[in-house]
Amino acid sequence: MIRLILRRLAQSVPTLLAVVTVSFFLMRLAPGGPFDLERPLAPAAMENLRRVYGLDRPLAVQFGSYLASLAHGDLGPSFSFRDRSVLELIAQGLPVSATLGALSLLLATGLGVGLGITAALRRGGAMDRLLGIGAALTLSLPSFVVAPLLQIAFGLSLRWLPLSGWDGGAPSHLVLPVITLALPQVGALARLTRAALGEVLRTQPVRTMRSLGLPPIRVTLHALRGALLPVVAYLGPLAAALLTGSVVVETIFGLPGIGRYFVEGALNRDYTLVMGTVLLVAGLVIVFNLAADLACAWLDPRLRPAA
Amino acid sequence: MRLRRRDWLAGVAALAVVQPAAAAEPIYRRGNDADPETLDPHRSSTVAEAHILRDLCDGLLTYDNYGALIPGAARAWTASEDGLTLHFELLPEGRWSNGEPVTAEDFVYSLRRILDPATGAKYAEILFPIRNAAAVNRGEKAVDALGVAAEGPLALAITLEQPTPYILELLTHQTALPVHRASVERHGESFTRPGNLVTNGPYRLTDNVPGGAIRLEANPHHPDAASIAIRHVDFLPTPDMAAAVRRYAAGELESLADLPADQIADLRRRFGNQIVLGPALGLAALAVNTRKAPFSDRRVRQALSLVIDREYLADGLNGGTMSPAYSLCPPGLDNYRIPPETAGRSELPIDHEEEARRLLAEAGFGPDRPLTVEYRFNVSDNNRTTAVAIGEMWRDLGIVTRYVYTDAKTHFAYLRDGGDFDVARMSWIADYADPQNFLFLLQSGNDGFNAGRWSDAAYDALLARAAAERDLTRRADLLYDAEAIALHDLPWIPLMHYRSKALIAPRLHGYHPNLRNAAPTRFLRLDA
Repeated sequence: MIRLILRRLAQSVPTLLAVVTVSFFLMRLAPGGPFDLERPLAPAAMENLRRVYGLDRPLAVQFGSYLASLAHGDLGPSFSFRDRSVLELIAQGLPVSATLGALSLLLATGLGVGLGITAALRRGGAMDRLLGIGAALTLSLPSFVVAPLLQIAFGLSLRWLPLSGWDGGAPSHLVLPVITLALPQVGALARLTRAALGEVLRTQPVRTMRSLGLPPIRVTLHALRGALLPVVAYLGPLAAALLTGSVVVETIFGLPGIGRYFVEGALNRDYTLVMGTVLLVAGLVIVFNLAADLACAWLDPRLRPAA
Repeated sequence: MRLRRRDWLAGVAALAVVQPAAAAEPIYRRGNDADPETLDPHRSSTVAEAHILRDLCDGLLTYDNYGALIPGAARAWTASEDGLTLHFELLPEGRWSNGEPVTAEDFVYSLRRILDPATGAKYAEILFPIRNAAAVNRGEKAVDALGVAAEGPLALAITLEQPTPYILELLTHQTALPVHRASVERHGESFTRPGNLVTNGPYRLTDNVPGGAIRLEANPHHPDAASIAIRHVDFLPTPDMAAAVRRYAAGELESLADLPADQIADLRRRFGNQIVLGPALGLAALAVNTRKAPFSDRRVRQALSLVIDREYLADGLNGGTMSPAYSLCPPGLDNYRIPPETAGRSELPIDHEEEARRLLAEAGFGPDRPLTVEYRFNVSDNNRTTAVAIGEMWRDLGIVTRYVYTDAKTHFAYLRDGGDFDVARMSWIADYADPQNFLFLLQSGNDGFNAGRWSDAAYDALLARAAAERDLTRRADLLYDAEAIALHDLPWIPLMHYRSKALIAPRLHGYHPNLRNAAPTRFLRLDA
């Protein structure tokens, strides 16, 4: 098992390197640069800035020096937050995004898997039908619709919760963004669980267990082990996506996370910030996919590596 | 972040205190459209930064809440006979937020620093009227060649390249604000961090979280500290204007610096006189590519301009949050007359249709040979509706409009680099209320703005003569004549002048909309 983990981690190095290389050159291909504004800069100012940030050097040299700093754990200075380094921006925003992401992941998994099991056990029942409608609804409502609706309902009309801000992570500030983030995933996970469990419950071994008169709870638990495989596989990339924040949720709720850096960074041609966030996401995807694979191997002995 | 928060609390009270003691006093939560890129005045370039820096730093002169120039770090100044040297006498009570006195040397250091090429200042150009500033910034001269000198601890002299009527206003600009030398040298790049940043303005920085709050508190060392009513202010970025309005409605913000123009009718109904519109130093226009046929033909440009219903764009599309523009310069500038106008204000656009048709026919276009126009713009909801509306207006002349839209960076870099186009959206927010700051846009060689590379010898000559003219009335006449040429030839078709639009809570007092968009917190008051 440890050999497997080490091998996977070693394999991730070339993957990350490829990600870095591709995104570095793709970013540079986009027209305009970090210092092109609606108000164009004077040529002298542009020259000075490009020199200060080393953008006047050949692209290959820039790439080389980026890789060199990367090897030292330095993600470079941000072009659009000029007082800060990319590492600092991520260090400051990641705890916010990760807190929101982790809470919504827990909420979505608990609620989604629970509802999915209920629906699978009572296929065609009222609960199942209700869930079908609910899942379709939450999946098709984008967060830029859900977030304002929640703000209007719970912030403006009922005045139960604050509309915006982080306030050091005070619970009342977490509720609405966590619900917004979790909602579509509740639907997705419920449907996934329902489909997977329904399928396993119809398989020959489970039907045999039933006919042998084993208690239903034992049968369900046994079936669940197999049914959770696709759910766990789905949770890996989902965790990486949720933990790195959402531009919509952070902008609407005024939260100082890192989700907006993806979009803002790209629009601002903040090369280093985009590279930093891309690397972070790539790293998390690798780690969580590995974790999901390990969990799957634990659930299903067939997926374990040959000794 | 947690660490910083704890630091902030530490000075205030024991650990048992849950709410910071500061919260006992009201905090003015000020919506400020975007996160600042930097709090280093010399690297700063945005309007959002200007609002924060105006609270943090005092220039030699500064603005009051009516947008009028008032003494800042300097208490008096005189100009030499030839208008080339300004002598400033600094306020003896001027103090940095750490209690040290503000000296003339601080301003010498700061002005040299922004023009030093190594600083990488975006807007160093604003200060080019100072002698040798351009040469210093281009690296052709050493920084000590700059025309600034300390003539005593509190006496500063600034020498100019040529008499500049708007120099005092330039000195209020964020680029001319002083920085504290010792902390810049000690902390380097990180001198703007809370705890490191030392400023001489009415407020000092206590916290700064990107995407969160920039928190300031009154600077006890400021000469006017006693008269400052608002002791705490949070600048909060509001990139999503609709969400910002909801935050305002819920009482989480006391003011908003911008509003969604497309919702203005609904906002008026909900907030009534809390919506405050005012003048602004901005122009939205269409650049026409005068380099290529048929747009090199003035008649084509005039026809395109004549049938644009600017009243509809300003009032219909933008709910009165813009003004129809028939000139480049907005009304109300200093050192100017009422601007000249391009044809069309007095009658309805429909009455110009015949004239426009005739101009197009003369240029060789008509029903058999319709004119095709490619309209480039940087995409936003507002730019899109404007583009579609103008295309509709042109359709009445049989003109076929096609659209090309990109993100802002691509759009402006493309035009600056001389990319091909027919007409393209342009906009300009001026830095000072002088006609020169609008008319320089179309000077030959100003490739960043003069997207169509329009070049008119008479226009350039008038601007050059105006720059050398010391009599302000004669200078105004020269600039007026120049603008009249541009409005006749129409390398840019003016569409609308910007207006400032704000939401101001009833408990916030002292906000007066003004051309400079200046609302320093020190002049505002907040009811408890």
